[in-house]
Amino acid sequence: MSSSKINKVQISTKINGQDYDLLIPPYMSLLDTLREIVGLTGTKEGCLDGNCGACTVNVDGRIVDSCLVLGPEVNGKDVNTVEGMATPEGLHPLQQAFLEEAALQCGICTPGFLVSAKGLLDNEPSPSEERIRHWLAGNLCRCTGYDKIIKAVQKASK
Amino acid sequence: MVATFEPKKDYKVVGTRPIRHDGYDKVTGKAIYGADFKLPGLIWGAVARSPHAHANIISIDTSEAEKMDGVLAVITHKDMPKAESKMVDLGEGSVNFKWASEKLMANKKVIYKGHPVAAIAAIDRNIAEEAARKIIVKYEILESVTNVVDAMKENAPIILEDLIGDDLGEKVHDTNMSEHIRHDFGDVEKSMKDSDHTFEGEFNMEMVHQGYIEPHNATAVWNEDDQIKIWTSTQGAFPARTQIAGILQVNVSQVKVTPLEIGGGFGGKIPVYFEPIAAILSKKSGRPVKMVMERTAIFETTGPTPGGKIKIKLGVNNDMKINSAISEIWFEAGANPGGMIGPAAMCIYAPYNIENMRIDACDILVNKPKIAAYRAPGSPQVAFAMESLIDELCDNLDWNSLDFRMKNASKSGTRRGDGVRFSKIGLEEVLSAAKASNHWNSPLGNPLPGIKRGRGLATGYWFNIGLKSAANLAVNSDGTVILTEGSTDIGGSRASMAMHVAEVLGIDAHDVKPNIVDTDSIGFTDVTGGSRTTYATGYACWEAANNLVNELKKRASILWDVNSEEISFNDGVFSHNNEEKIISFKDLASKLGDLGGPATSTGSVDLSSAGDGFGMHIVDVDIDVETGKTDVIRYTAIQDVGTAIHPSYVEGQLQGGAVQGIGWALNEEYYMLNDGSMANSSFLDYRMPTSLDLPKIDTILVEVPNPLHPYGVRGVGEVPICPPIPAIANAIKNAIGVRLYDTPMNAGRIIDSLR
Repeated sequence: MSSSKINKVQISTKINGQDYDLLIPPYMSLLDTLREIVGLTGTKEGCLDGNCGACTVNVDGRIVDSCLVLGPEVNGKDVNTVEGMATPEGLHPLQQAFLEEAALQCGICTPGFLVSAKGLLDNEPSPSEERIRHWLAGNLCRCTGYDKIIKAVQKASK
Repeated sequence: MVATFEPKKDYKVVGTRPIRHDGYDKVTGKAIYGADFKLPGLIWGAVARSPHAHANIISIDTSEAEKMDGVLAVITHKDMPKAESKMVDLGEGSVNFKWASEKLMANKKVIYKGHPVAAIAAIDRNIAEEAARKIIVKYEILESVTNVVDAMKENAPIILEDLIGDDLGEKVHDTNMSEHIRHDFGDVEKSMKDSDHTFEGEFNMEMVHQGYIEPHNATAVWNEDDQIKIWTSTQGAFPARTQIAGILQVNVSQVKVTPLEIGGGFGGKIPVYFEPIAAILSKKSGRPVKMVMERTAIFETTGPTPGGKIKIKLGVNNDMKINSAISEIWFEAGANPGGMIGPAAMCIYAPYNIENMRIDACDILVNKPKIAAYRAPGSPQVAFAMESLIDELCDNLDWNSLDFRMKNASKSGTRRGDGVRFSKIGLEEVLSAAKASNHWNSPLGNPLPGIKRGRGLATGYWFNIGLKSAANLAVNSDGTVILTEGSTDIGGSRASMAMHVAEVLGIDAHDVKPNIVDTDSIGFTDVTGGSRTTYATGYACWEAANNLVNELKKRASILWDVNSEEISFNDGVFSHNNEEKIISFKDLASKLGDLGGPATSTGSVDLSSAGDGFGMHIVDVDIDVETGKTDVIRYTAIQDVGTAIHPSYVEGQLQGGAVQGIGWALNEEYYMLNDGSMANSSFLDYRMPTSLDLPKIDTILVEVPNPLHPYGVRGVGEVPICPPIPAIANAIKNAIGVRLYDTPMNAGRIIDSLR
């Protein structure tokens, strides 16, 4: 059966402050909904089984692996991705700190780390190093050894 | 003749830390990685894979898949062009296109679990994957071998029937050993017999994966005029083009590879996997085809670095000098010949000046994925063996292991295990920096009850390759410069390339705009790998910038109506006759329209020379003797980096390499079951280090400039994965009094060793 014949579901959701009405297959993940339907490819696919954190997004204030969430589950919810972090005034302090501290090498894990770290700092503006390391343990980075990522998050903390 | 350079210290740009040029795109989600790329009419590809590690293919039935709505093409080995059996060098490792083709799509038999047997293109990814599950293959299951010892047994199943092994120059048939090489210097037998003390060790290591977070991917268009366009995440667009053209049996000029942003590689994204399959699916369907690999397949079918067995015997004299060294290296190749025994033999004794030495190294096929380069391929394994045995002998003879290493340290002119003599190296400076470091001079401190604490250190070596690179420059009227180059930026190299140009031209790093372009838009450039990019592509950028200065002198000579040879250039300013006439680079750039038109230049290098790199790591570990859990609590990486162009990214290389080594030492492995399948082929079960597992990684950059590069660059990326495994082994021994000879040194092994 082709996807055109599949009964699709309609969802209304807010993504980075913008309202969307989307028609998606019921089995489609939030990750694919963002990347393939909405066209926001800043959220990355790494493993599709919730173990690398590259696809991390924020749903109603909670950090989730978007590969493990179905698109229809965000009906009526508020989704925030890496694309929503910067404002017309400039980068989010975390983004700026990642650049200044050279906290990315290849950059594939960076969107997930930024969204995760923002989720922490939104609620705890001055976390300890241990707390940052614990919070970010669901995000894998294979390039940096985490050192400069931790330093960048500390720099963006108050 | 090879040019040599005097080190400088008064750089304006080199050694500073500008924000990387591609950084804004990468922190805002705008950067286009391979899987982010889209084309009009794009469809998806998927692969049907073998569930067996070794089996004859009796039949492949694709009819059910072909019947599915939305399926636009199905291919098997019958659709693969027949490639000739021939080895082609790709910079870090080489490839035989017949085997490379059969590795991507099984012909008569499957030789590793996950081996592709068919591929499907369909209107979406879901349908393509569903169709792949409807491919019906009948197999005759064969006995599989997944370790070097079994593979070398007399009646072992033969993996590649057309393999002709090379045993010290003799051809061998019906074998799993593709190659046996030997290096032999001095008189090892006599010197070993004459030594005051001898020590032997046998070390066994499991295969590990590079573990990049971004899946392999490819998008392909096969046009009606047989021009093939590929967009992919690759460490080298040109070597990818060579492989794709070889497997598809077309001319390289028919293939245009556009390198998109790449999410890690560490050597594992030098081989191609999906590119030729996507191209054939495109040809058959008439549509652009995109493929993205699932994580299980990444573990089961791509990447790994060899495990194997290493035996070393060392003879030492009472004067603390190594007198004799004999070693045997047996490396897993995977299901095709591997080629990492050469670098292993090169690296095994590299930190030591040894007169009498012999190395035998064998490359052995097993029913596992064909190995790929992984950060200093071959070196971490032999460093584990050599640096562990050095520590053991120092323990036994009550010698300070750092003093012992200093006493035997390689210097410029010392002969490596494969016979090559070092040019200017900085090992002694590294050892001195380690000895003077805060870490080495800090007390270990007291662990909590039930915890044993220990400290270890080890050295590591990589030779850092040169090879081919090209760079083009063009001046903008606003005084900025467009830099075009072909080296995939895998960790900030756009910045270091731009800094090479900016330093020569006396302008800001951000006034150079680096662009990484496709294979139709720049001269041949080898892989981003071998720690060659800053060295060789940087050299090409430097050369192009100097050529641009010469071109601009001609333009200034038109402006001033003087001879261009009388014009000098310093600090971004052109001058004539003791600064009677001066003009800045920027001002001259704005006048080029009236001075002969666009100013452009090129740089092109093929460097055989390289800057040998040495490092030493110091690690403190805490071991819970009840659970066997090891925590790394303090870590310092010290390395001769030549000259650090952008110190932040140099530190990042040391930190990242160290942590990959920590994962390899403590936890990572291909855990193989008896049927030849990998039991832990997910990130959850493979369990790479997370931020919570680690302390901060301190770095000490030692700068002994490499005279073979204009700014003294040595490659830096690979050395730091070599010392961690032995440094941790030595720290574990220091903590619990037991030495481990096998990796991973996980909790189970530690508990077993304490029983």
